[in-house]
Amino acid sequence: MTDNPVSGDVERTAAPRTLAEKVWNDHLVVKGAEGEPDLIYIDLHLVHEVTSPQAFDGLRQAGRPVRRPDLTIATEDHNTPTVGIDQPIADLTSRTQIETLRRNAQEFGIRLHSLGDIEQGIVHVVGPQLGLTMPGVTVVCGDSHTSTHGAFGAMAFGIGTSEVEHVLATQTLPLKPFKTMAINVEGTLRPGVTAKDIILAVIAKIGTGGGQGYVLEYRGSAIRALSMEGRMTICNMSIEAGARAGMVAPDQTTYDYLKGRPHAPQGADWDDAVAYWDTLATDEGAVFDAEVNIDADALEPFVTWGTNPGQGVSLSDTVPDPSVIADHNERAAAERALEYMDLAAGTPLKDIKVDAVFMGSCTNSRIEDLRAFASIVKGKKKADGVRVMVVPGSARVRIEAEAEGLDKVFEEFGAEWRFAGCSMCLGMNPDQLAPGERCASTSNRNFEGRQGKGGRTHLVSPVVAAATAIRGTLSSPWDLDADAPAGAPAAAASDEQKVGA
Amino acid sequence: MEKLSVVTGVAAPLERSNVDTDQIIPAVFLKRVTKTGFDDALFYSWRQDPGFVLNQPVFQGAQILVAGPDFGTGSSREHAVWALRDFGFKVVLSPRFGDIFRGNSGKQGLLTGVVPEEDIEKLWAAIEAQPGVEFTVDLETRTVTVGDLTVAFDIDDYTRWRLMEGLDDIGLTLRNESDITDFETRRESWRPTTLPARAQ
Repeated sequence: MTDNPVSGDVERTAAPRTLAEKVWNDHLVVKGAEGEPDLIYIDLHLVHEVTSPQAFDGLRQAGRPVRRPDLTIATEDHNTPTVGIDQPIADLTSRTQIETLRRNAQEFGIRLHSLGDIEQGIVHVVGPQLGLTMPGVTVVCGDSHTSTHGAFGAMAFGIGTSEVEHVLATQTLPLKPFKTMAINVEGTLRPGVTAKDIILAVIAKIGTGGGQGYVLEYRGSAIRALSMEGRMTICNMSIEAGARAGMVAPDQTTYDYLKGRPHAPQGADWDDAVAYWDTLATDEGAVFDAEVNIDADALEPFVTWGTNPGQGVSLSDTVPDPSVIADHNERAAAERALEYMDLAAGTPLKDIKVDAVFMGSCTNSRIEDLRAFASIVKGKKKADGVRVMVVPGSARVRIEAEAEGLDKVFEEFGAEWRFAGCSMCLGMNPDQLAPGERCASTSNRNFEGRQGKGGRTHLVSPVVAAATAIRGTLSSPWDLDADAPAGAPAAAASDEQKVGA
Repeated sequence: MEKLSVVTGVAAPLERSNVDTDQIIPAVFLKRVTKTGFDDALFYSWRQDPGFVLNQPVFQGAQILVAGPDFGTGSSREHAVWALRDFGFKVVLSPRFGDIFRGNSGKQGLLTGVVPEEDIEKLWAAIEAQPGVEFTVDLETRTVTVGDLTVAFDIDDYTRWRLMEGLDDIGLTLRNESDITDFETRRESWRPTTLPARAQ
C-alpha cells in the first residue's frame, strides 16, 4: 500500500505523524510485507449478543480458548426489552441470543453485564463509562458504531463476526493501514446547534462513501470546545460517512472525563499514561491524505430527508429536488428515497409532521444528551398524537438521570421513560415504528425499515428531537424561541454543550 | 474454506446503488445463533415484491451478483455475507463496496470484485440482452467474461491469494504466536484490563 502512510515506516518515526499513525505503529505485532496486512494488537474487545454467537461457535469447533478474557467485556444491548426487564424476554429468538451469550461468557470466562446489572447498557456507552476506553488504545467490537470510542484518541472500529472470532482467539487482527482524512471544524457553534449537526453536515458534504478507506481525524476549535459526549456523537457516525474510524486527539477534556473512572489508570500508571497520551496529537507538519473544512459558525440545526445519512440539509431548508442532481445514481437514490419517505420536493422541512420521537441510541443516549433533551421539554407538554420515547444508554445513565430528576421531566412532558438498550435505533426488540410512521430520531441510520418495516426516519440532534416533540413538526429550539412571547427566556440558550460528566 | 479460482454461473443484475447491509439482510434476522441457513433472509423486504429481480425464474441459481456503487455499506453484520453465500452467490461485482462488508466477504470466501461503473453498465446490458446468461469470473486473471465482452475487476493481491488458497484467518495469524506473546510482555500496565472488575 504505497499510497498509504498510516502504518508509517519504523525507520521514519522522526517524520511528522498523525494521531492515527502513532496509535497504529504502537500496536504493530508484525509489520506486513508489501501489499499484505499488518498484524495489530487489540487492547480492548467489546462483545454483545448479536455478532458473537457464531464466533464462539467457531472457537468451540476448533477447540480454541479465548486468549485474553481480561481484555474482553460483554453486555446485552441490541435485543434487550426496555420495559418489563424483570420479565422473561417474550421474543423467542431475542431470548435465545441473550441466553447464548450468557452461556458463552460463562464457558469462556468473559465478564458479562446482563440485563438488570448496573453496568448493563449499549456497548459503546458502557466502555467509556467504565473508563475502559482511553487514549492511544485499540478497541474493536462486532458493531460498526465502535468508531464512537475514537473520541478519546483511541483507534476504534467495527468488525465482523469472523474478526470477532479472530480477536477472541488471538487478541490481534490482520489489517491493512487506513488512509487519513482531516475534518477541520473551525468556529463556534450557535446555541441550539450541536455535535450531531456537525457530523450530519460532514456526512452530507462528503457522502456515505466519502470516508471509505480513511480514518477521519476531527480537528479544529469547534471540536476542542466539545464535551466528550459531543465528541463521541461525532466519532460514532464516522461509519455513516463510510469511514471505519474517527478520532479526536486527547486533551484536558478527555483526561477530566476519564480520571477516577473504575478502570482508568491509577497512581503512577495514570502519570505514565498521561505522559504518553500527551505525545499522541498529530505533529505539526504531518500530512493527511485528504482534508475537509467545515465552518462551525455557519452551521444550523440539521435533519435528514432521505434514506441514507448523507441525505441531509439544514432544517430551515426544503426537501431537495432530485431532478437537479447531476449524478444519475444519486438522482435515482434521491427519487427512491422521496418515494419511500413520502415527501415531495420543495416541501419545507419544518412543515413535516412526525408520529414519533426517539431519544436514544449509541449516538445520543448519554447523560449530557438526556440533559439537553430535558432542558428543552422541561415544564412543557408533548404535541398531541406524538409518541415520545426516551431510552438511556445504560442502566447507570438511567440511575444518574433519575438522581437529577430528569425522569420526572420526561414523564410530565408525556414521554415514555425506558430501560437501557439499543431499542428503536434498529428495532431488534419490540420498540419499532409501524409501517408508514414518521420519526424524528437521535439515532444514526435512516435506512429503509431500520426502525421498523415501512418506518420513516429523520435523523436529528437531541434538542431538535425535543423541539419536534413539542411542536409535532420537525423543529429546532430556534422555532421555540420564535413561538415564545416576547421577554420569555430563550429555549436555545439552555442547550449548553459543555455539561460536566 | 473452499478454494476459489474460476466461477462460471448465471449473473443477476441489481441495478441499485447504496445497497446497505440492512437491505441485504434486515436486523430481525440477526437474532439467529447459527452460521448457515440465511438464504431466506437475503433482500427480505425487496423479495416480497414478485417483480424483484431475484424472484424472476431466469435468475434462480444465480452465482454472480452485478450491483451498483456502494454495495454493502452500513452495519458490520457478517450475516450479509452469509445470506449472499447461502443464497448461492460466490461473486459480487460493484464499482465500490462498504469497507467492512468487503473485509467480511474475503474471510468467508465471497469474491467482491471492483468493476468501474461504465463496465458494470456493460455487464447489465449483456444480461438485459440475454437474461440468464452465464458469466465467467476468473480470479487468476481478474477478469469477467460474457460472450465477446471481457472486463477487468480489481481485488487486492492478498485477498485474492487467500481466496485461491482457501486459507483460514486464525490459523494464519497463529503462525505468529511468539510475536504476539512478545508484544504482550511489552504492553504497558496502564492499558485497560476488564478483569478483575472494578466497581464505581
